[in-house]
Amino acid sequence: MDLVTRRVRGAEGIAGPLLFLEGVPRARLGEIVRIRAGGEERRGQIIELTGARVAIQVLEETRGLSPARAEVTLTGEVAALGVSRGMLGRVLDGLGRPVDGLPPPIAEARLPIHGAALNVTRREKPADFIETGISAIDGMNTLVRGQKLPVFSCAGLPAGRLAAQLVCQARVRGGERFAVVFAAMGAPFREYDAYLEAFRRAGVLDRTAVFLNRAEDPPIERLMTPRCALTCAEHLAFGHGLHVLVVLTDMTSYCEALREVALAREEVPGRRGYPGYMYTDLATLYERAGRIAGRPGSITQVPVLTMPDDDLTHPIPDLSGYITEGQIVLSRELDRRGIYPPIDVLPSLSRLMGLGVGAGRTRADHRPVADQLYALYARGRDVRRMAAIVGAANLGEDERRLLDVADRFERELVGQGDAFRSIEDTLELGWKLMAPFPPEALTRLPAAVLEARRKEAP
Amino acid sequence: MTGRLVRIAGPTVVADGLAGAGLNEVVWVGEERLLGEVIRLERDLATIQVYEETEGLALGEPAEPTGEPLAVELGPGLLGSVFDGVQRPLDALAARQGDFLGRGARLPALDRARRWELEPSVRAGDELLPGACLGIARSGPDAHPVLAPPGAGGRIAEVRGGAVTVDEPVVRLEGGTELALAHRWPVRRPRPIRRRLAPDVPFLTGQRVLDCFFPVSSGGTAMVPGGFGTGKTVLEQSLAKHAAADVVVYVGCGERGNEMAEVLDELPKLDDPRTGGPLLGRTVLVVNTSNMPVAAREASIYTGCTIAEYFRDMGRSVALMIDSTSRWAEALREISARLEEMPGEEGYPTYLASRLARFYERAGRVETLGCGEGSVTVVGAVSPPGGDLSEPVTQCSLRATGVLWALSADLAHRRHYPALDWGVSFSLEAERLRGWFEREAGEGFGALREEAMHLLQRERELVEVAELVGTESLQDAERLVLESARLLREGFLRQSAYDPVDASCPPRKALEMLRLHLELHGRAANAVAAGVPLRSILEAGLSARLLRLGSVPAEAIASGAGALRAEIAEAIARLEAE
Ligand SMILES: Nc1ncnc2c1ncn2[C@@H]1O[C@H](COP(=O)(O)OP(=O)(O)O)[C@@H](O)[C@H]1O
Ligand SMILES: [Mg+2]
Repeated sequence: MDLVTRRVRGAEGIAGPLLFLEGVPRARLGEIVRIRAGGEERRGQIIELTGARVAIQVLEETRGLSPARAEVTLTGEVAALGVSRGMLGRVLDGLGRPVDGLPPPIAEARLPIHGAALNVTRREKPADFIETGISAIDGMNTLVRGQKLPVFSCAGLPAGRLAAQLVCQARVRGGERFAVVFAAMGAPFREYDAYLEAFRRAGVLDRTAVFLNRAEDPPIERLMTPRCALTCAEHLAFGHGLHVLVVLTDMTSYCEALREVALAREEVPGRRGYPGYMYTDLATLYERAGRIAGRPGSITQVPVLTMPDDDLTHPIPDLSGYITEGQIVLSRELDRRGIYPPIDVLPSLSRLMGLGVGAGRTRADHRPVADQLYALYARGRDVRRMAAIVGAANLGEDERRLLDVADRFERELVGQGDAFRSIEDTLELGWKLMAPFPPEALTRLPAAVLEARRKEAP
Repeated sequence: MTGRLVRIAGPTVVADGLAGAGLNEVVWVGEERLLGEVIRLERDLATIQVYEETEGLALGEPAEPTGEPLAVELGPGLLGSVFDGVQRPLDALAARQGDFLGRGARLPALDRARRWELEPSVRAGDELLPGACLGIARSGPDAHPVLAPPGAGGRIAEVRGGAVTVDEPVVRLEGGTELALAHRWPVRRPRPIRRRLAPDVPFLTGQRVLDCFFPVSSGGTAMVPGGFGTGKTVLEQSLAKHAAADVVVYVGCGERGNEMAEVLDELPKLDDPRTGGPLLGRTVLVVNTSNMPVAAREASIYTGCTIAEYFRDMGRSVALMIDSTSRWAEALREISARLEEMPGEEGYPTYLASRLARFYERAGRVETLGCGEGSVTVVGAVSPPGGDLSEPVTQCSLRATGVLWALSADLAHRRHYPALDWGVSFSLEAERLRGWFEREAGEGFGALREEAMHLLQRERELVEVAELVGTESLQDAERLVLESARLLREGFLRQSAYDPVDASCPPRKALEMLRLHLELHGRAANAVAAGVPLRSILEAGLSARLLRLGSVPAEAIASGAGALRAEIAEAIARLEAE
């Protein structure tokens, strides 16, 4: 051991992604190390210290790594990322290194990627909405600045198309500055190529920082990718005052990497093999959404995840749902019927919607219209289920009207295709769908709202 | 005695050279002096759970025991404060460290700069009993009773006057013991009481469905299990705002930061109807969100509970709200896994059940040592994975608590809030509390409650039939049951947390509403039996009147119910005459 450079020649052993060293004084938990072996350099992180023994998690593939020939240098630094505004417009790898052929952006600061918890007394509650141009979100499950609102998808559904659409279309009103941080975890070529193509075509790359962890990259790197992306987002939001939308996809790949790494460490597995601390781990990502009192920017997160086996109770969507502030659920049924985006409004929810809608934010009638549409659609779906059993002929007039509104709601309001629809157009369409109902049937609309509507559009 | 770190793994570390340390003793860990607690001792090796992030710690750094168990500071200035899971004052931390939480900051829980004037109620020569009140401490608009610690008693030698900080002595006992405005108490040790009292007074939540159908007693325990998005947090917060309690201790245990930001934004703006001051003035917040250190999350419920007991010991009724106990259990599991203990069901340690039971036993309506009657009522949210109630935390809580408020994902999807599943929920205390409700809310309470439950039960049966044959083929009498039950659900069971009036409902108003619902149903049923078509009853528009009762103030209902009742009777009589 060279005490000045803190370099060790030869490791004691290796097991899967773990490398073991002996006799390294002052090694610190979480410290980053560099491992040279053969002509290659790898990076690693100290994850446990016991007696004289140091366990290092290697961040790259360990195949072919010979412990006896490894030379390990301790950097004295925990995992950190150089961040700058210049990351916008750039395509970076999962650890923040450029992959677009350009030189690295000049760092304005170097920040630990694990971040620190925001002191709750300094948190500002989320407020104001982000317009996505998607009616089922803007109208029915509004995304609010500072919120974390995941998309729950199933294998084979167009979640990627929706994620790209969000990156391309989302905007804040009122001319404030807006940026997107997009992080792909475990993305196959087909997917990330389509994303980049979509961003270029829409001309939004300039306002976007892309972090790309590809399917072939080692799983441990996948665990760093969202942390790098969020560190960059925090710098843009709280250092530069931008409203930052962070899209993280696919969180299922992330969680699978977490499980793989945990099992390699021989940790006791929890539910379905995922580690018992997955809730805490996911929370350290999702909780990095928010606003800070007295600072202009905000971080809003849309994590996208695929529900294994279409199962909403699987630990990945389940734990995510417990941490995030609602969820946008995609439905195989709607997709099969050719409806895009196939958002099922009933199990979807934006818990913070109330903070982002209403007079001065969207429109005074927003909340009641959304509640009424929701109620009609929910009852229409009940009728549809009943009609499947008793036959449409046995339905009463009221029931037929409900059935009809459910169909139109799905085809016209939800199934808007790739077009951008403003919140005003969404609400107008909502009123159109409610038109066949007499005022008494619209119990969720306060008298004042009905009255105002009647005056303005006789 | 100072030990050295020999093992560092996540939130737990091991230090050697600590043969003299005690279990649960507080230890300063590392050069940054992070806060830790001894959780296992073997020979001279102490396993320590660290309440701050351990990243950056190195082997060989010191571990220095303090001789004191993990304790909280109890005294004037607690109300309105926000603490983390080990009672660090988050406001003061932000002032020192900035927007993000740093490490190693040692700040006292109670402000040392603030001065209080003691208005003593004891004199030199008096015999002071342990736990008795010494007087009132005042500072600006705030007044706070001062308690002698449960262990301290004897003849008073001296009472000092003047403006003092919370840690300066104000009373000296013969024998030399000095008492300050604040004292410390170990969080894992229940504060002593004189005796427990019977659970025959309700803890009024202001939620119709809870108070009428599944009441909890003052000093009782209720658990609120429900999948994500079913409304646990909104319910806990509604109770924190509207429940009839003198003091509310709210523990945000392993949940969201934004939620707590909302609470912190709202509570100062809402009035406490009992005092006229802001609601924040009756509240203590203990916040250890999901991204804060997991060991401090484990401690947070004990910190909250000890603060609650302290206010109980002043003779107050205290509500202890915990959101969520599952996150506490997970913290326990995470630490247990680091200790390589033998895992039980779902990886939880085998002592989960006994810890949980012991915790809920700290609730109760009691005769305090020195201040008469006080109570701690505990409402614990449970977050079962996948919403599946067969999991260990739910099952252990079911054995430890007296009231189950089960929230249903199905109702929540229908936006029926509070999404309380009336088919599954229960109260083991309802019978004992029945007398109180009959006396205080109005006679016939119990009978109405049963009739309403019966109506809901009938609806359930009929819906099953209707799903097979269609509603069109039901008899009018049966369809009336469906209509009345729907009205009861929409107009009575549902309660909007966001409507300023409906957010809280006193029991008298609830009873009046229930009576009107059942009366309409009864009269309509008679009319249908007499051959009046259901359609014309529905078209009379009576149900719309009942639907909006929630947002009508209690006084207006008390004065207007008679007229509404007459209107219903008249309208139905007219239909029968036609
Ligand atoms: N009593 C209520 N009144 C109106 N809306 C409610 C009520 N309870 C819950 N909600 C809605 O449901 C959402 C989720 O509730 P929350 O309490 O956060 O769920 P949980 O804590 O069980 O995950 C809220 O954001 C709100 O939109
Ligand atoms: Mg909650």
